[in-house]
Order: sequence, then C-alpha cells, then structure tokens
Amino acid sequence: MKIIISNSSNEPIYQQIVRQLKEGILKGHLTAGSALPSIRGLAKELHISVITTKRAYEELEKEGFIETAPGRGSFVAVQNRELLRKKGLAIVEEKLAEAVLTAKSLDISCEELSKLLHQLYKEA
Amino acid sequence: MKNILEVKKLRKSFKNFTLNDISFTLPRGYIMGFIGPNGAGKSTTIKLIMNLLKKEGGQINIFGKDHIKHEKEIKNRIGFVYDENHFYEELTLHEMKYIIAPFYKSWSDKLFDKYMKIFKLPANKRIKELSKGMKMKYSLTIALSHDPELLIMDEPTSGLDPIVRSELLDILSDLIQDENKSVFFSTHITSDLDKVADYVTFIHDGSIILSAAKDDILDNYGIVKGGTDLLNEYTQKAFIGIRKNNFGFEGLVDDRDKARNLFKDNIVIDKPSLEDIMLYTVRGNQYAQSNH
Repeated sequence: MKIIISNSSNEPIYQQIVRQLKEGILKGHLTAGSALPSIRGLAKELHISVITTKRAYEELEKEGFIETAPGRGSFVAVQNRELLRKKGLAIVEEKLAEAVLTAKSLDISCEELSKLLHQLYKEA
Repeated sequence: MKNILEVKKLRKSFKNFTLNDISFTLPRGYIMGFIGPNGAGKSTTIKLIMNLLKKEGGQINIFGKDHIKHEKEIKNRIGFVYDENHFYEELTLHEMKYIIAPFYKSWSDKLFDKYMKIFKLPANKRIKELSKGMKMKYSLTIALSHDPELLIMDEPTSGLDPIVRSELLDILSDLIQDENKSVFFSTHITSDLDKVADYVTFIHDGSIILSAAKDDILDNYGIVKGGTDLLNEYTQKAFIGIRKNNFGFEGLVDDRDKARNLFKDNIVIDKPSLEDIMLYTVRGNQYAQSNH
C-alpha cells in the first residue's frame, strides 16, 4: 500500500488519505478483509496527527469502504461488485463535473470538451 | 475518564503579568502543543500544573483528580521535563539514576536502559560533559523511566538542532501508540507542532487565544491576499491581523468560507501555518495601527 501526503496541497490531509485508500480499494490493490494499519501507527508513519488519520478512517467507514472492530483494528470491507462500480462512477462523475464547470467558466463548448475527453481516454 | 488534563479558570498574578482565568482540556491518547511567544505565560502555566507555583484561582484536574489533593499519586504518574538541567552536574548518568529512581513507585530500570540505548547515552559520562541535545535526551529518559501516563515538558526543543528535535517528536508519537498516554509540551517553535500535535493551545499575554484540534484550526483559518481597494471599515473587521504593502494586503481570517463569500474571486486564500496564526494574532493590532 502506498500513501503519499503533500503538505503544500490545498486538499486537506485526511482527504488525501481517504482518496488514496479508496483508489486502492476500487482498483483492487486492497482486497476485502485485508488489515489496514492502526490509526496511531499510520499517524506515526506519516508524521501527522492522530486526529487526521482518525478522521480519514471514519470517513471511509461511513462510506462503507472499511470496517473497524474495537480492539482488532480496521479492515477493508467486503464490497459488492455492483456497488464498487457505482462508487467508482460517482468518483468519476464528481471529477468530470469539476472539469465541466471549469470549461464553462472559460467558454469551452461541450463539443470541444468531448473531443478533449476522447483524446485523453485514448492517450491514457 | 476521557480527559487526562483539565485546566479551568486558572489564575495567577505577578507584578507585571496576569494569567487570566485560562481554561483548556487534553483528552487521553493525544499530543497537545502549548504555543505562544516568550513571556506569554507558558512556563507559569506549566509550573502551576506541577504545583511548583501556588495558583490564586481555578481548578486543575489530572487523571480526573485535583492536582493538589492527590499530588503524590499524580506525580507518580507524570513524567516531567524542565526547560533547564536540574541534575547534579558532577555525577555520571548512571549515578544520577540512583538518586532519582527511589522517588517513583513504578520506576523501571528496564525502561531506563531502553531509552539510554535508543538515545545512545553514555552511562559513565558526567552530566556536565553532555551536549545540550544529550542533556535533553537524558531528562526525557529519566522522565519516561517510571512509565508515566502523562508527559509534561517545558520547551523541550528549544536550542536543539532539527535532527534531535525530530528524534524527540518520533518518541512522542511512539508514546501515544497505546491510546492511553498523553503529552503536553510548550514550545515557541511552531514547526514542531505542524507534524506531531493533535491539539494546539495558543496563549498570548496571559490569555488563551485558541485551543482546538490542529486540523480544525488549519482547515478554518486562512491567509487572505488581495488588493488594498477591497479594504474598508466593514471588510477589515473580518481579519484577525492585516499587513499592507505597496502592492496589496495579506491578512489572517479564522473562517475561510466567510472570507470567500465576502470577497468572492477577488482574493487568493492560502493555507496558514501555525506560525502565521501566531504572528498575525500577536502583531495583528500593531500591523493595523501602523498602517492607518
């Protein structure tokens, strides 16, 4: 598992953790039932506050990505394939919405945007 | 018992300084940094907590108990690191241990040896031969050898190089791994807290300016930058401190969203550091006055 924290990013640190763990789960790098580092262990490793990692885990738990058992630690939750896909789509949708907004503010047309999207998809 | 340390309306006056009914709490399992400029009241507060000074008013509870009524029991469960060396300079590290160990019921030679090893301290050297960093490490070794639940330190990092400071902060992270221990330490080096602190309490001129989770502070506060044409009597009120220059202004706000609503897209908002917050709060009024 890889988690990279940027201190200069505008994205709050707990969200950086949430995003990267989610990606790991959605892409299948972290499989159902596998153990996550403890809240305090992760904070120590990443040199960040316990409150930050706690908040990240709570967020992931709320969204059903992980489960926490008192005294045993946190684990990747069993994910329904269908649900997993939906969650993935939701993330993509959110990011696209952002791009659309930016495009609109810059007077870039839907066609131009679609073209760009196709091109990017092919190149990636 | 959720809070390991509770300070309520603590008061103490000196000739030229008053600690002004300060209150804050530290939950079990977390690290709190106590920041403020020199002379703000950090050491006074810590001495009052340790009952080395007599308080004039207020209440201090440690482990849920009154800190004077249960002083003996409480001090057996606290590790304390002073800002200065309080050991016999002529003794070796090993000899000094024999003087201190009997004071604590739960003293553990095993723990003492463990930290001596971690810090690579020479047991047979005299204390006066140690460097500043080593003296601090020795103080910490002594403070941790009775396995305290609460570690209180007064300016442990001042005068230390960044490498030793970072080692110290690692030890603090290690300590709170078991969810049961807490650390309370004062510093004026705010970057020590950027990493490891869970809570920050900021004292200035004998009063608490803010005491909150560090993440909440850094998520809400912001450095706003824009043209001076945006400033008028009304908008200026949004700032804790403002600094103007020939090309625009920079100011600290405690609510980024509010500032965004007020100024829309005419401003840039940067994430503040704890140092920014300290500087603008302490000098905020001076900045404002000198520019009017």
